[in-house]
Amino acid sequence: MSDAISTIEEFAGREYQYGFTSEIEAVTIPRGLNEEIIRTISAIKQEPEWLLEWRLKAFQHWQTMSEPQWPNVHYEKVDYQDIIYYSAPKPKKQLSSLDEVDPELLATFEKLGISLDEQKRLTNVAVDAVFDSVSVATTFKDKLAEMGIIFCSFSEAVREHPELVREYLGTVVPYSDNYFAALNSAVFSDGSFCYVPKGVRCPMELSTYFRINAKDTGQFERTLLIADEGAYVSYLEGCTAPMRDENQLHAAVVELVALREATIKYSTVQNWYPGDKEGRGGIYNFVTKRGKCDGDNSKITWTQVETGSAITWKYPSCILKGDNSVGEFYSVALTNHKQQADTGTKMIHIGKNTRSTIVAKGISAGNGQNTYRGLVRVNPGAEGARNYSQCDSLLIGDRCGAHTFPYIDVQNPTAQVEHEASTSKIGEDQIFYCNQRGISTEDAVNMIVNGFCKEVFRELPMEFAVEAQKLLGVSLEGSVG
Amino acid sequence: MTLLEIKNLHAAAGEKTILRGINLVINPGEVHAIMGLNGSGKSTLANVLSGKDEYEVTQGEVLYEGEDLLEKSPEERARAGIFMAFQYPVELPGVNNTYFLKAAVNAIRRERGEQELDAYDFMKLVREKLKVLDIDESLLKRDVNTGFSGGEKKRNEIFQMAVLNPRLAILDETDSGLDIDALKAVGSGVTKLRSPERAVLVITHYQRLLNHIEPDFVHIQMDGRIVRSGDRSLALRVEEEGYSWLEEEVRNGLVNA
Ligand SMILES: Nc1ncnc2c1ncn2[C@@H]1O[C@H](COP(=O)(O)OP(=O)(O)OP(=O)(O)O)[C@@H](O)[C@H]1O
Ligand SMILES: [Mg+2]
Repeated sequence: MSDAISTIEEFAGREYQYGFTSEIEAVTIPRGLNEEIIRTISAIKQEPEWLLEWRLKAFQHWQTMSEPQWPNVHYEKVDYQDIIYYSAPKPKKQLSSLDEVDPELLATFEKLGISLDEQKRLTNVAVDAVFDSVSVATTFKDKLAEMGIIFCSFSEAVREHPELVREYLGTVVPYSDNYFAALNSAVFSDGSFCYVPKGVRCPMELSTYFRINAKDTGQFERTLLIADEGAYVSYLEGCTAPMRDENQLHAAVVELVALREATIKYSTVQNWYPGDKEGRGGIYNFVTKRGKCDGDNSKITWTQVETGSAITWKYPSCILKGDNSVGEFYSVALTNHKQQADTGTKMIHIGKNTRSTIVAKGISAGNGQNTYRGLVRVNPGAEGARNYSQCDSLLIGDRCGAHTFPYIDVQNPTAQVEHEASTSKIGEDQIFYCNQRGISTEDAVNMIVNGFCKEVFRELPMEFAVEAQKLLGVSLEGSVG
Repeated sequence: MTLLEIKNLHAAAGEKTILRGINLVINPGEVHAIMGLNGSGKSTLANVLSGKDEYEVTQGEVLYEGEDLLEKSPEERARAGIFMAFQYPVELPGVNNTYFLKAAVNAIRRERGEQELDAYDFMKLVREKLKVLDIDESLLKRDVNTGFSGGEKKRNEIFQMAVLNPRLAILDETDSGLDIDALKAVGSGVTKLRSPERAVLVITHYQRLLNHIEPDFVHIQMDGRIVRSGDRSLALRVEEEGYSWLEEEVRNGLVNA
């Protein structure tokens, strides 16, 4: 192996920076999964009867299902009885403001670069921070409330706005949808909730930061986001976890509902612990994310930068029900060492003149395996539907792999579906060319990777674009030119 | 002091020996031209000087500014002022030309302990060089060499050379595939670079480039060795008669190869 490539691999294999654990007292429940556990979670959260029943139905359904075998990933079987389904930092007392949050916890978020202190926050981002199973703080709540925007933890939404939760929960991802969605529906602990009322343009980025801390704990958060007619919201999601030898399960569900003329932008920078070089530890990230463009002229954009997790299995999708509705999916997925990712999207065209765009960029290094899996379906009634898909793979070194599985199912003759795919390798000639101009190998790889991801980074809100580029070890493109 | 001194340089790619004892001394201010048949190892020489790691130096040494060049990494050589215009410049899709060049300029400046150029000063420098070389500004917006025509790639190399202002410029067939105007631009780019502190090594098949870049020395490379050195007239003779007379002399042992 040449020097250039080994330097690239070294670079791609940098240590995970967020692998610390925090010494915080936690309330946990016994290991394992049964009806009693579900009742306990529901009771701790003082949930209404209808929600407990919904959870129990999901659990019963889950017991009839088996884990999906079709993804192109390999891992040791998860023992669902060996997981702790609820863990929460122990509250000293009932919290009424941020000042009363455990300082150790605030310090943890500061370490992650997320200040929950509104005074200290310069950027225009409201944050809901989820630590293990519960939401610990939501910032800028009052300011948003003035405009009628509800942004709070899921538990709080259940308490304060049960009618909204009840109306929309499970309408995009029913509990019977798939194995992990059913599991999540049974045991979900917390997450974020957002409702933007008619005609309101949310003036700031809304953000949720997820952190798994407690050992052997699964994280099953649930996010529900509703943009009422003509509303606009941009939502960001970030995640980290400590380094541990054992694998931890993360099975989240995200549901988006866009009513007539509404727009939702949902961006994720996923940086769960990927495991070590030998593939020990790391998060199993089995997530169901789906948005419904319910009304005419509505739009949902998913942008994701997936760099973490030992295994990623997720397909943020759009159901394009409203006429002229638009679905977009922009994705960068990076796998190195023994990481595996099977990710992509589903665009389901139901309404007339619906349009979808898919831009998926897969980067594989080390022994990383990267699979794009996408479905474009045009239903018989989707007159004039259009889709454009582009899947590009970039390989670094020669032990990694890239795989592409595009499924296209067109049932309306007026539809136009386009698919383009490419695979390239960072060539030694490219690195040498940069070196010969004085540019180090690390910077050369940064540049090439950054260039490869440009179309996706462009879709991210500024703050996240910077984080994403840093995450990929990429320096910012200069303002020149 | 001598700028570059190549002593008995042997190099191989895997099993294949390509350079078989190159000797060459280049002083500041000089322009040297190397000519020779396809496959005689001209590009290999340029690549070995630039530090491409697919070639292994099996014998000999190279001194640059009095220091061992061969132990330096390619980027250290570049930062020390060695520039190679590639025979086949590679494409860097998605990497903006201006961004790339700014990264290069500042990597070199950092190494020399100079302050990095900010966007304003950098653009000033870049625009000045574009003007001198008569290159359209649209070049700045494109990705490095991506989708460039052969001639555009060569011009981009010369543009980079002008901006990076090297001490030793190695031009590997920068004239091949150029139209007359581009050839003039290359010629003037190199001529502008000429100064008592700098030197240029031009690899070419055609003496017409030497109309634009007046060489002090012309060397003929054959099978990994320099078999004859002379002045401009050597290039003219080769262009007229080809290389067979020299090959003959080599075979008859008339040339000290
Ligand atoms: N990496 C390599 N591996 C194997 N053989 C090589 C390698 N690089 C060069 N060669 C061989 O070495 C010889 C010299 O190649 P080189 O490119 O240096 O020639 P050149 O003089 O530049 O030719 P041209 O005038 O066609 O550009 C050729 O036979 C070439 O095939
Ligand atoms: Mg050559």
